[in-house]
Amino acid sequence: MSSIDNSTPEIHVHNPKNKIKESTGYKVFTVFNTIIMILVSFATLYPFLYLVSQSFSSEQAIIAGHTSLIPEGFNINTYIYVITRYDCEFLKYYLNTVIYTVVGTVLSLLFSSVLAYPLSKTKLRINKFLSPFIIFTMYFGGGLIANYVLILKLGLKNSMWGFILPMLISTYYVILMRSFFMSIPKDLEEAGEIDGLNKFGVFWNIAIPLSKPIIATMTLFYAVMYWNNWFNAKLYLQDKAKWPVAYFLQTIIRGAGASDPDATQMSANIKSCAMVLTVLPIICVYPVIQKYYVQGMMLGGVKE
Amino acid sequence: MSNNTKFRSKENMATESRDEWIPETPSLAKRFYKDIKINGLLYVMVIIPVAYFILFRYVPMFGNILAFRKYSAGRSIFGEGPLTLKYFKQFMSAKPFWQAFSNTLILNGLYLLFRFPLTLIFALLINEIRNLHWKKFVQTVSYLPHFISMVIVCGMIKELLSTQGPINDLIFKLGGEKISFISLAEWFRAIFVTSGIWQSLGWGTILYLAAMTGINPSLYEAATVDGASHFQQVIHVTIPCILPTIATLLILDIGGLVGSGGAFEKVFLLYNPMTYETSDIVSTYVYRMGVESGSINFATAVGLFEGLINLVLLTCANLVSRKVAKTSLW
Repeated sequence: MSSIDNSTPEIHVHNPKNKIKESTGYKVFTVFNTIIMILVSFATLYPFLYLVSQSFSSEQAIIAGHTSLIPEGFNINTYIYVITRYDCEFLKYYLNTVIYTVVGTVLSLLFSSVLAYPLSKTKLRINKFLSPFIIFTMYFGGGLIANYVLILKLGLKNSMWGFILPMLISTYYVILMRSFFMSIPKDLEEAGEIDGLNKFGVFWNIAIPLSKPIIATMTLFYAVMYWNNWFNAKLYLQDKAKWPVAYFLQTIIRGAGASDPDATQMSANIKSCAMVLTVLPIICVYPVIQKYYVQGMMLGGVKE
Repeated sequence: MSNNTKFRSKENMATESRDEWIPETPSLAKRFYKDIKINGLLYVMVIIPVAYFILFRYVPMFGNILAFRKYSAGRSIFGEGPLTLKYFKQFMSAKPFWQAFSNTLILNGLYLLFRFPLTLIFALLINEIRNLHWKKFVQTVSYLPHFISMVIVCGMIKELLSTQGPINDLIFKLGGEKISFISLAEWFRAIFVTSGIWQSLGWGTILYLAAMTGINPSLYEAATVDGASHFQQVIHVTIPCILPTIATLLILDIGGLVGSGGAFEKVFLLYNPMTYETSDIVSTYVYRMGVESGSINFATAVGLFEGLINLVLLTCANLVSRKVAKTSLW
């Protein structure tokens, strides 16, 4: 991997220099392909646009069965209502999510990288045992109940740590990071050692600064993981004041016909509005880091 | 050698000719000491993560012993008393378990059957886009659902499929009768598979596209010279070149056939007692039995059974792939 210096490998078209006249068959195919891509893009975006439209529509329009992509009776009252109801309840959940995401992501990044770096040193003797020890957990684990019992036993119920710790280090992400660290040229690290850095100094001052793409990727992946998680909250956070917003959403979406006692009947525009607000940060962030995570996934996919 | 060691001293060493000198193998303790001295900091770095893996991954793994020993709330997480197969026998004769087991296979199987080829075709189609901006746009858009919380995905599904939602609206306008999709067992599989494809189609192409970037352009040139049409190039160059990637992804998928993977959250969020006959899967069954009803031992036994089958499946798939496609996970 020569593109340590941030140059993204563009996924390029094959035979771009081939100027031989395209057959009519191929031209027809191109048109056909473009139509497919438009359809797929639209189908992907449709549910989001629908939510946005619902969230800006008026209560009456919703009750009357408004389903188009253009908001009817445009207003932002729903947003004001969702944010301010019950003493700004929504904002509290939102703030919880932000705290869990920031704390969790920082810790996850730290511990994943200090594990992945030594794992990337194939000559390190301990890796004969350490690599299988770590990788095995990808294929077999304790399962839901054993984990649940453990967290209860550790007294982490109703604590932020009960939410964060079960997903602190993802084996898969450690493997992705390891693949990236492996691609760092050895000469640079050796130069660092000659300059008097110890192993940790090499890791911190040389490997980490060279690993911006994978750090960006991991930041995104871990942050999304914490941001989206609701199940740990369902299992371990009974205290409503500690709920993350994703779990709050789950309780309001379950709605009619569910056996959930927390189910509250809410109209579609309120649910849509809460969903839009929750998903917004992700939509804003993920395209920005795209070139990094595409590269990160590629490296991870390449067999060592 | 014996001669050599007898006379070994600093003065002697210097005068000995090179081919006579054989380095002494350092003792294990010495090697260990030297290794610590050089790499000690690397070992220090892994201490906390390794402790984490022991506590949060391996302790629960051994906690599976609860499938064989009685657990009482608040007591040892490894259970107490003699080992027994009681819990295994219990779930083996439980009808809901077999229903959940077959649903898991059916749902995962159907999902794999549709998603796998569709993802591959979508990747091939993206690879044919010439306009780089358009290509980037399509990719960015298609990755989006991957990052969305399952809560929101399922919230969307419920909104879209509700009796007042756009799909029912369309059916109504076309003269059909409104369908209450979410509460009908016969619709669950279709909803599960379709929404799964919606969510994973774009993301699934990343590794394929990466593999396609790695194909040597001269292969295409050679094919063109040989008179291969565009379509023939795809069949005879692109696909053979990405075969290892296809195999690797297929192994992972087959290994996950019995596992819950991402299915648990979705099923949990979409199912309800009315649709259990098609929607209940092993992991949701485990959740209901273990967490909601408190039958910890019973649920652990079910979960362990699922985990073991999964491991066996993965190992077999890996073996086959090593033989056939010459790639394997380990």
